[in-house]
Amino acid sequence: MTEAVKIKLSKKDLESDQDVRWCPGCGDYAILATVQRTLATIGIKRENTVFVSGIGCSSRFPYYMNTYGFHTIHGRAPAIASGLKITRPELDVWVITGDGDGLSIGGNHMIHALRRNMDLKILLFNNQIYGLTKGQYSPTSAMGTRAPSTPTGSIDHPLNPISLALGAGATFIARAADTDAKLMATILQEAYKHKGAVFIELLQNCPVFNDGVWEGVKDDPAGKQIALVEGKPLVFAGGTKGIKLGAGLTPQIVDVGDGPGQTPVAEIVVHSERGSALYAHLLAQLVQPDFPIPMGVLYRNDKPTYGQLAVQQVDDAIVKQGVGDLNKLMYSGMVWEVGADGTRH
Amino acid sequence: MDTKHLDRVVIRFAGDSGDGMQLTGTEFAKAAAEAGNDISTFPDFPAEIRAPAGSLFGVSGFQLHFSSSEIHTPGDAPDVLVAMNPAALKTNLKDLIETGTLIVNTGAFIEANLKKAGYASNPIEDGSLGKYKVHAVDINHLTMTALDGSELSNKEKGRAKNFFALGLVFWMYGREPESEIRRIHQQFAKKPEFGEANVKVFKAGYHFGETAEVFQTVYKVPPAVFKPGMYRNITGNEAIALGLVVGAELAGKKLFYSGYPITPASSILHSLAKYKNFGALTFQAEDEIAAMGAALGAAYGGSIAVTASSGPGIALKGEAIGLGVMTELPVVILNIQRGGPSTGLPTKTEQSDLLQSLYGRNGESPIPVLAAKSPGDTFYCAIEAVKIATRYMVPVMLLSDGYIANGSEPWPLPNLSALPRFEVVHRTDPNSYFVYQRDPRTLARAWVIPGTPGLEHRIGGIEKDALTGNISYAPENHEKQTHVRAEKIERIAQDIGELDLSGAESGDVLVIGWGGTYGALRQAQQQLAAQGKQVSHAHLRWLSPLEPGLAKIVHNFKRVIVAELNMGQLRQIIRATFLIDVIGLNKIQGQPFKVREVVDAVEVQLDAKHAEPSAVATQSQASA
Repeated sequence: MTEAVKIKLSKKDLESDQDVRWCPGCGDYAILATVQRTLATIGIKRENTVFVSGIGCSSRFPYYMNTYGFHTIHGRAPAIASGLKITRPELDVWVITGDGDGLSIGGNHMIHALRRNMDLKILLFNNQIYGLTKGQYSPTSAMGTRAPSTPTGSIDHPLNPISLALGAGATFIARAADTDAKLMATILQEAYKHKGAVFIELLQNCPVFNDGVWEGVKDDPAGKQIALVEGKPLVFAGGTKGIKLGAGLTPQIVDVGDGPGQTPVAEIVVHSERGSALYAHLLAQLVQPDFPIPMGVLYRNDKPTYGQLAVQQVDDAIVKQGVGDLNKLMYSGMVWEVGADGTRH
Repeated sequence: MDTKHLDRVVIRFAGDSGDGMQLTGTEFAKAAAEAGNDISTFPDFPAEIRAPAGSLFGVSGFQLHFSSSEIHTPGDAPDVLVAMNPAALKTNLKDLIETGTLIVNTGAFIEANLKKAGYASNPIEDGSLGKYKVHAVDINHLTMTALDGSELSNKEKGRAKNFFALGLVFWMYGREPESEIRRIHQQFAKKPEFGEANVKVFKAGYHFGETAEVFQTVYKVPPAVFKPGMYRNITGNEAIALGLVVGAELAGKKLFYSGYPITPASSILHSLAKYKNFGALTFQAEDEIAAMGAALGAAYGGSIAVTASSGPGIALKGEAIGLGVMTELPVVILNIQRGGPSTGLPTKTEQSDLLQSLYGRNGESPIPVLAAKSPGDTFYCAIEAVKIATRYMVPVMLLSDGYIANGSEPWPLPNLSALPRFEVVHRTDPNSYFVYQRDPRTLARAWVIPGTPGLEHRIGGIEKDALTGNISYAPENHEKQTHVRAEKIERIAQDIGELDLSGAESGDVLVIGWGGTYGALRQAQQQLAAQGKQVSHAHLRWLSPLEPGLAKIVHNFKRVIVAELNMGQLRQIIRATFLIDVIGLNKIQGQPFKVREVVDAVEVQLDAKHAEPSAVATQSQASA
């Protein structure tokens, strides 16, 4: 068979015939559009692409992609996607989840999919709230969040998704805001190339139950975000401020420059996606309101994926033992023959 | 020295859970199989891996029934009991037959152990064992003596004592020691010093039998007559693993198996993990839900996907099984039942997950359920489960239990080339494809897998339009889909074989059973029928859909008994389905039925057959 001619896809080709049912103004629209546009640009094969999701607003995503899609049950998408990817390594498997789906009810599956370096591209839409169940606080909600289930404010500490992903062993970790189409596209392209567990936190706005929760980050990109660039210092505010490490590797915001009371740029931490895990953990700790938050690719590491190792073990077994012979297998152990007289021979 | 011929023997080895009783029993079972006997085994052990030595709750037992004629059960009561310590004697003596033979390890009958077992005085010396044929042997001491001069520590030497017991019974039943010696060397190939010590002690036990004057008789159980063919000894969990590999092969597909460790299902994963060169992929998931989820993912991708667990794990899988029902994906779920509720009796057997299997999911969520009747039968049930799952596009639950899983029997090896294939074909034609368009015979939707150009589609757990598969909340559509999902299960009846009925299609008493009680029920029915009693036994392989053959005969008997190891779960279904009164024979002790219990229960009904059913108890209680 000859290789099919690569047909150029447009965003339209990746739109399904289903009506999109998110609330007007939902950040999910922007994410959907960017994913469709970027995957079209990459030139994916629609038939080899599968979107798997759990339950929640974000998890309706697969219905709107004109690819294969599986809208599963609450929290379990990483497990279902794992079974698919292990058995069908040639497929590109994307997991769509949210802060409640992926970090609360499905927290266990999330950490184990990342730990195994399962070759999945996991997009976690973080809006710090349960939308589909009408506004309860989520595991990423700030302490003190007032919600129907916490009328006097939530009293549990929020979880840091990036720290969790790092701790669990994800090998590609990135962050972007829902409306930052350019950065998200760049990240998606890089993620697509990565072999292994991809974890992308998308800061997503819920206009109904948690409107503006990321405004503190999004309203002032220059002042409240650090645009991560490989090999470049961690600076923000037009390069006038940067991150320096003090005693005990304590991050500090400093004025960058050569003047009095300023820190020379050479002393500012330099970003490296393939830096130490320690550095990546430090980046993860840069959170609002004390710090601007890092956006872009935070961490990248090449490790064998679960799928590669699983297939390798099967291949090795075939080399070592030969292709399985069912008759031989049946006749293994203690086997005896009963002759025509009905007794053992 | 005499040689006495016996038709059958039931022997039980009992000792501390660290005494190696399971190994001793297994090895002796191999010797019996090797000698051409029919065998049936029943390992019965506590959940603790190494319970405190000498404790009553730490006693582990292995019962073996070997015979020169066909047998279906591991035997009601042991003829011979080997008790390695006072606790083992205390917990097992009540089962030994009146004139039974008792071999006791006197070395363990010390003050401390007697106290732990609750003996005020030493039963070996106080005359309380008078009615038994007692052989008091200081196995501890004789084991140490046999290993005199060995480099092993005293603790390590002591561990070999089960091989002394094994050697002794080898002599008692005239078994050839040579192949056992070879097996021991093989098993301990990586630690030859232990292999050497075990062989020494095994021989010491054998020679002790030969020289000690107390053992004057060698008992011979001649070989049984089997149907000609090739045989092997097999446990239920070994056979189910083989059935899955063969089932996937017959479907022309790759096998994917995901599981989470749980007793008594784990050993299936252990077996399959060794079959990588058959292309079988195994996945130890992070929890039961993930194991079910991964299986669904693999099924979606086109694999023969299987997961296994026991009751507690099946409970956790429930929601994901429901997703399989909704998205109509073929998955095989094995439930190796154990005693419940909650953690219950992890190492004991019970049939109390039937209603859970049938109904244990939210919503109207029917699935096909079948149950294996014996260790070897799990092989065929596994193949059937794969066939039905792929043919009808549905999750199938296959029930086994701890008794079948760990028990073993001689198994006539199937002729693989004679097994009918059921090749799976995935739809690739993109013309007028609708996701929930159904096959007119099976009502199955087409199994379209990712990677197929032009057939990209979305499925999920939300109710689907009956044709397009798009999300639909339409009232009539939901009702229609609910009926179709139910009818699909009912249609499986067209692919189910004949009802397994022993006895006439009408008579005084019909005994209905399912699963692992098959052997005891069938043997009881055959005994009663041989006495001219009008008793029949119907064994149900399929519980959902209910065996179609049952409807034809169930009204033809004066009394109907449903015998099961639960509070009457199938009985409820039979009553509701056929609107007849049904008498329950129920046992909830974590132990299988004894043949005698079944015979007794049937006889009560035979005696009362002229009275109205309501005049007698509607629930017989199996005796303890």
